[in-house]
Amino acid sequence: MNRWYHHWRKIKSSGVSALCLICAVVVIAPLAFVLFDCLKKGASSLDLAFFTQLPNPPGESGGGMANAILGSLTLLGLAGLIGIPVGVLGGIHLSEFGSPRMNWAVRFAADILNGTPSIVWGIVVYALVVLPITGYSAYAAGLALGFMMIPLIIRTTEEMLVLVPNSYREAAFALGIPHWRIVLNIVLKTAGKGIITGILLAAARVAGETAPLLFTALGNDSWSHNLSQPIEALPHKIFIYATSPYGDWVRQAWAGALVLILFVLALNIGVRLMTRGSAPHLAR
Amino acid sequence: MNSAAVSGKNGSSARIALAPPGKAGDKVFRLLTWLMAMMVLVLLALVGWTLCKGSAPSMTKFGWHFFNRSNWDPVSGDFGALTFIYGTFISSFIGLLIALPLSLATAVYLTELAPGWVRQPAISMIEMLAAIPSVVIGLWGIVVLVPWLRDGPYPLLLKHFAFLRIFGGPTTGFCIFTAAVIIAIMILPIITSISREVLRAVPDSQREAAFALGATRWEVTRLAVLRYSTRGIFGAAMLGLGRALGETMAVTMVIGNADVISTSLLSPGNTLASKIANEYAETSAFSNKGINLSALFELGLMLLLVTVVTNILARLLIGAMGARQTAAT
Repeated sequence: MNRWYHHWRKIKSSGVSALCLICAVVVIAPLAFVLFDCLKKGASSLDLAFFTQLPNPPGESGGGMANAILGSLTLLGLAGLIGIPVGVLGGIHLSEFGSPRMNWAVRFAADILNGTPSIVWGIVVYALVVLPITGYSAYAAGLALGFMMIPLIIRTTEEMLVLVPNSYREAAFALGIPHWRIVLNIVLKTAGKGIITGILLAAARVAGETAPLLFTALGNDSWSHNLSQPIEALPHKIFIYATSPYGDWVRQAWAGALVLILFVLALNIGVRLMTRGSAPHLAR
Repeated sequence: MNSAAVSGKNGSSARIALAPPGKAGDKVFRLLTWLMAMMVLVLLALVGWTLCKGSAPSMTKFGWHFFNRSNWDPVSGDFGALTFIYGTFISSFIGLLIALPLSLATAVYLTELAPGWVRQPAISMIEMLAAIPSVVIGLWGIVVLVPWLRDGPYPLLLKHFAFLRIFGGPTTGFCIFTAAVIIAIMILPIITSISREVLRAVPDSQREAAFALGATRWEVTRLAVLRYSTRGIFGAAMLGLGRALGETMAVTMVIGNADVISTSLLSPGNTLASKIANEYAETSAFSNKGINLSALFELGLMLLLVTVVTNILARLLIGAMGARQTAAT
């Protein structure tokens, strides 16, 4: 009796272990499916025209997403102009100057903002900027994405700066170097790789965002010469094409999805390779 | 600034070392970084204030009835949000119901069972899943998942479980249940990685004590690890719920976007986020533009409040566990 119970417990343990393994496979399966479908359906639709031509009118086959790709890069640049300085300098304050109470408040606010749905950013910028000032424009869309980058970058920058050993700072102080130069030339330089990692991860995150663009960028079918006009972006174009009834548009949506996914994953994987071993916080 | 001027004038590095630290430069730099850090607080206040201000006309006009009526009529300017509240909570809840056991089992596998050579690649893959943009998942949902669910599992559900009343009627595949499946896929990575952190925070002495008493692998996990980390797992689920409530693009693309409340999970619906996303092109088309827009802002405000509350709860629960929270979460 006792022996049988012992066996039963062992069998149960192996059974649950197997079940856990199956669950792990199920969790990873969607990634495999999405990647596989993107590669299969996207690769066959990718051609030179996709990268060089403007979209064709509805129902006409051919054309490309060149303006959307350029637009996405433009928006990333604008977002970086806002997100990177604010995020990095804010992170410096948290790690080098901040009082515990203020640090707690800023971290708390940053975490809340990180959890804010991206569509909320869209309508907030719509109410703040689009309606009263600029109308649908690249500026507004860049601002929305930049706002989203700030809390991400501020947290990663702080985490990286805290890792810099205090003895570096003390050594520099002993040489009589002003505090601000210590921070810029020594602390920031030491943590540089980690900070760039955080920036790239934030860029990868906002590069795929569509929801904030709906109310800010609006999209168009031509080149954007003027940043105060509506602008097209790759994720937005994918959304429009994916929900359209035209077969050729859906085909191009796959091509766009493949390009977007490769861009985002390349950023992520590149970051991981770059920081392997040196930034355990982010490499996980 | 003072010290910069000094170093610029004297040039040689020996003189820089001797020069006293510039107080002005420090002050300016400190003020600059302080302003930037304050930007985060300002931003949070700005988001809340903008949404409150924007939704004020809708609040005064509809009051509490906004939450318990389901008509959304831009032509007559009459708005109620019940449909979207229902859609949001039911889809997020089912999504969480699907995702939580899978994520938890995966986290247990990764921390307790997996051999070293499996662990790191599997973790990387789950992080890659988290990095896939929402709109790509949505595209995959439209083209691959919806037809598959419509032709495979849904007819079976309709045939065998119609008596449950939650599966009824003809379905196009674009429905609340599909949205829940998409939501589950999108919150799997975050729940898995937070649960993993929580399980890793369980001291090894707990496991060793259970092993010493002769417990099997599963008994150790159940008695020593899972019971120890219940709070943290609730926190992980809460964080996942927060993400689920706010998930926009992928849900918009598969939920069917119909303003109806149906007992059947296989009929189309709308969530707070998907309703806002759908209205972007239409807000200017109606004569009741002002109040329509205001109602949309109120939807956004609700969405913000529920995600803020779930996030705070999650952080309290996880923080109590002593698990390290990464910036990415």
